[in-house]
Amino acid sequence: MISQILAWAIFFLPLSAFLIISLVIRPFVEPRFPSARKASGAITISALLISFVLSVWIMTTIEDSSYLDWDVFSWITLGSFNLTIGILLDPLTSVMLIVVTGVSLLVQLYSYEYMKDDQGFSRYFSFMALFTSAMLGLVLARNIVQMFVFWELVGLSSYLLIGFWFFKPSAAAAAKKAFLITRLGDVGFLIGILYLASQGDTLVQAVAAEGLEGVKKFNPLDIVHLNAFAGEFPKFLAAGLVTQGIFTWVALGLFAGAAGKSAQFPLHTWLPDAMEGPTPVSALIHAATMVAAGVFLVARLFPVFETSVLSMNVIALVGAFTAVFAASMGMVMNDIKRVLAYSTVSQLGYMVLALGIGVPAVAMFHLFTHAFFKALLFLGAGSVSHAAGTYDMRQMGGLRKVMPVTYATFMIGSLSLVGVFPLAGFWSKDEILATALNQSGLVGVVVVACAFAAVLMTAFYTTRVIILTFHGEFRGRQGSESHLSANKAQDSHAQDVHLAESPFLMVLPLIILSIPAVTAGFLANPINDTWGLGIIPAHWFSHLLHGHTVKFSMTAASISTLLALIGIGFSYLRYAKSSRVQKKDADEGLVYRVLSNKYYMDWLYEDVVTVGLFYRKICTILYWIDRFIIDGLVTLTGWLVKSCSPVIVRVQNGQLQTYGTGISLGILGLVIAYRVLGL
Amino acid sequence: MLSAFVFIPLIGALVILVLLRSSLLIRSFALLTSLVHLLLAISIFVIFQQQHSGSTDPVMVEKLGWIKSAIPSFPAEYFLGLDGLSAPLVLLCGLLGFISVCASWRIEKRVKLYFVLILVLLTAVSGVFVALDLVLFFIFWELELIPMYLLIALWGTGRAHYSAMKFLIFTAFGSAFLFVGIMLFFVSFGTFSMVEELDMSLLVVPAQLIFYILLVGFVIKLPIWPLHTWLPDAHTDAPTPISVLLAGILLKMGGYGILRINIGLFPDAAKAASSFFFIIGVIGILYGAMIVLRQTDLKRLIAYSSVSHMGFVMLGISAMGSDSMDAALHGLTGSAMQMFTHGTITGLLFFMVGVIYDRTHTRHIPDLKGLSHQIPVASVGLVIAGLASLGLPMTSGFVSELLVFLGVFNAWGFLAVLPILGIVITAGYILWMIQRILFGESLARYNTIADTDFAEFLPMMLLIVAIMVIGIYPAILTDVFKVEFLSLLNGLF
Repeated sequence: MISQILAWAIFFLPLSAFLIISLVIRPFVEPRFPSARKASGAITISALLISFVLSVWIMTTIEDSSYLDWDVFSWITLGSFNLTIGILLDPLTSVMLIVVTGVSLLVQLYSYEYMKDDQGFSRYFSFMALFTSAMLGLVLARNIVQMFVFWELVGLSSYLLIGFWFFKPSAAAAAKKAFLITRLGDVGFLIGILYLASQGDTLVQAVAAEGLEGVKKFNPLDIVHLNAFAGEFPKFLAAGLVTQGIFTWVALGLFAGAAGKSAQFPLHTWLPDAMEGPTPVSALIHAATMVAAGVFLVARLFPVFETSVLSMNVIALVGAFTAVFAASMGMVMNDIKRVLAYSTVSQLGYMVLALGIGVPAVAMFHLFTHAFFKALLFLGAGSVSHAAGTYDMRQMGGLRKVMPVTYATFMIGSLSLVGVFPLAGFWSKDEILATALNQSGLVGVVVVACAFAAVLMTAFYTTRVIILTFHGEFRGRQGSESHLSANKAQDSHAQDVHLAESPFLMVLPLIILSIPAVTAGFLANPINDTWGLGIIPAHWFSHLLHGHTVKFSMTAASISTLLALIGIGFSYLRYAKSSRVQKKDADEGLVYRVLSNKYYMDWLYEDVVTVGLFYRKICTILYWIDRFIIDGLVTLTGWLVKSCSPVIVRVQNGQLQTYGTGISLGILGLVIAYRVLGL
Repeated sequence: MLSAFVFIPLIGALVILVLLRSSLLIRSFALLTSLVHLLLAISIFVIFQQQHSGSTDPVMVEKLGWIKSAIPSFPAEYFLGLDGLSAPLVLLCGLLGFISVCASWRIEKRVKLYFVLILVLLTAVSGVFVALDLVLFFIFWELELIPMYLLIALWGTGRAHYSAMKFLIFTAFGSAFLFVGIMLFFVSFGTFSMVEELDMSLLVVPAQLIFYILLVGFVIKLPIWPLHTWLPDAHTDAPTPISVLLAGILLKMGGYGILRINIGLFPDAAKAASSFFFIIGVIGILYGAMIVLRQTDLKRLIAYSSVSHMGFVMLGISAMGSDSMDAALHGLTGSAMQMFTHGTITGLLFFMVGVIYDRTHTRHIPDLKGLSHQIPVASVGLVIAGLASLGLPMTSGFVSELLVFLGVFNAWGFLAVLPILGIVITAGYILWMIQRILFGESLARYNTIADTDFAEFLPMMLLIVAIMVIGIYPAILTDVFKVEFLSLLNGLF
């Protein structure tokens, strides 16, 4: 049994690390003792270690649900409206706590080595600590507005970390892009909240009339209360207290926010650019945690989403389309991190798809396994670039000989991603595919087709990465200038080519992460007691999240394995001979051009809509109106007054006759007004 | 105590005028005066929180016969008092007064006159927020014009005379309406007191008419579209400390006037005018934000962003059109919060721009680049101000926008999506500005510039603390504001 204070500590420990680093170490200690910067890393790592231990403890005691009755604090009280703050601790939270603190801890260990020569070492760890605490705040939030607060703070820390090397114009631009596109989604989130708040009275009255089990003082923004309400939705519907579609706008709005954070089509364009940040940042934020926040949001409020068939269909289709759409772009990218980024978008598509077809526990299972193997892959990519001095796979090759550990762990991550039996990705993806196969109707057909097509593509691009990076001969030129050399002075990671295995602190997290990448599938959610090795009961994870258990489907497994093998084989044939790699992009034809230009969506969003239409046309025209019409009218008024004055001045000429005439005319006017108009 | 708060700057100004000669002494004394003014403001706010105890009656009342004792038929009194609406603005006034005097430390030209004028200005704006008699209110309102005009015209840059005159004529134009409105009020009710029970049947003109007449006077000051064009000019050409005061306090006089007099005295008319508030608010937010994107002068950029942010004040009031009292309460509280938060946030923005301008001698965005290398501390200040301005949670900007949206969405439904889209444009121009001036490779010509000194660091931190404290614990202000609006709305719903 964990106390409330300790639960808050999980959130406050990284936050204190952030505050100590940014308010004490950076301004006061570091200028005098430059070596104190090492302390920044140590503080962050130890704070996260304690948070991780606490999270594990929670995981082991979570079945006790008394946590749900913890106190809430009032943040803003206005009228009957009460914005509360509190901790919501349930199995779903505990899973996310493990993912966030666990991956974050390993990533910080890795960063301690990876960033050691960087000028901004302390700044890096302060931002990482800020991010982790914001993410933990999001996960623990009990009130939907509280969640939104941390949701935005997560976006802020992502902005700061993508733009960590702010002197690189591309990094500064990518940070801004990420913030703006996710904020566009957040508008949807906000509208969802506002719509919910505007229906608050209806919900409160409905609860007052029919009652709600286990809820004392109903607050429509409280996630526990809201889920309880949605759980008994049919009762309220039957009593005529609410309409069928009352949650549709809420669900669609919240999903827009989720699509922004989880980089779902059409708001996915920011994630590949976000790779401008340091690689461990990509591993933590843009693979394992923040991008999973959208999936978590939908899972968190799943009963609410479930009341709206329309929004469920939208979610399923968006997820399915994103899975295949992103995978297709991943097939042609030459930057190893961008391939992984598109792969992340695609895998997030799977999770969203799973939510849309009604199995949030399965989505969370895939989130769980994906967090480990994708963080592993990103850290592996960082290790590769440490040796090759670039992220461009055309400049790599043959690295398996010089970095065997990185190669082995990267291979494990890749096979898990492709979904090879019996690695983690196989089991979670199989549950998604098996559920999708059971769907009926048009939506079901589309979802299944997309999901299986994406399996093929995933196998293709993953094999391509392995071959280009680790096999063949090394194609980079020793000591040559890499594409990042312009920032040589500050960006110490991506410059020199020194073909050797990375240092111990970087390799250790790779090894640790490859353990769950292998086992998280059959150990966390074994299909029967045998696979659980007798320690973990069958379907433990699904039961923990109170989800449906999905029976292992041999059909899904066979089809997906077959498709994966085809993808691997095709990729092997195409890239195994390294002469193929050197082929010029231009020769590759229309499909290649469309894919490598990301379906021209960046061009459409940025050049056409934002700059071309909005900035150059609308804003320019408005500014012109402001200067010449609105301010012009002001100037005109001034000019009129000025021009009239010589005329009016003549009236005041000092002659009594003129004044007398004026007075007489005035009296006449008044008399006429009085008599004729009857005023 | 309120009289002391109002007149201490004036006394300080007189002392400087008569006794002091050395410019260092003048600066220090002005700083001391504004510090006392700030401390008084803080203590007034704290005492108010202890005294008001949920009632709407003004506390710390000071009442003298004044004109009334000489001419009983003209019952204008010296009547000061504090209630939930004015207490936070008193605090804002003290805070920004101190900060603008700090920011004026480097003024070299005609030091004596400058500090005398700025202190007189402080007396005038302080008086506006605590006067409960319309005549007294109007006198303070007008008293602010002359020092402001001179401060822009004499210490400004660019077309300073033009801008100062534009400011003067616009505001005086509004004052004429205000004067007519006050006289109509007097003819109808025979009193100038803002806190008496009014019998609406005594009105000699329709309530809507007097409502709009008074409104014209206030909205010019706010300002609203399309009466805003004086603001960018005045801000651009005014010296930076004056911009801080102008954006931080003077604009709030308009909003305060609307909430105190228009809404407070004619709530029914205000409710009936809610569509007007909504339309003007939405236009202001979107139009202002889109024009900001075209700006290349940092101060002009912030000035237009003020137009956009003041749209939220109008928008919040439009929530009175809702059927739900809670929604109206959210909207009005959000409006009042927006005034306070905009004061601190835009004050900080202008202050940081001043810090940058002092060093680089330019406000032209294309001439600035990569400054975060050379002035990291000032850059952090600007980034925090920017993030608060775009309404990031944990800063005060989020709270006021959230409350306004809560009210407006309830009242106007999906029409409220329009202003919500404004927050994306706001994020766009703020981040774009930050990217252009702070990020990227730094320019060699700014390699020698120094980061903030203590005189700049202190006000910067003061404002950051104010922004963050309210962002983290907004109940400090919302609990004060809501008392006032609750009783007002109770009569209406």
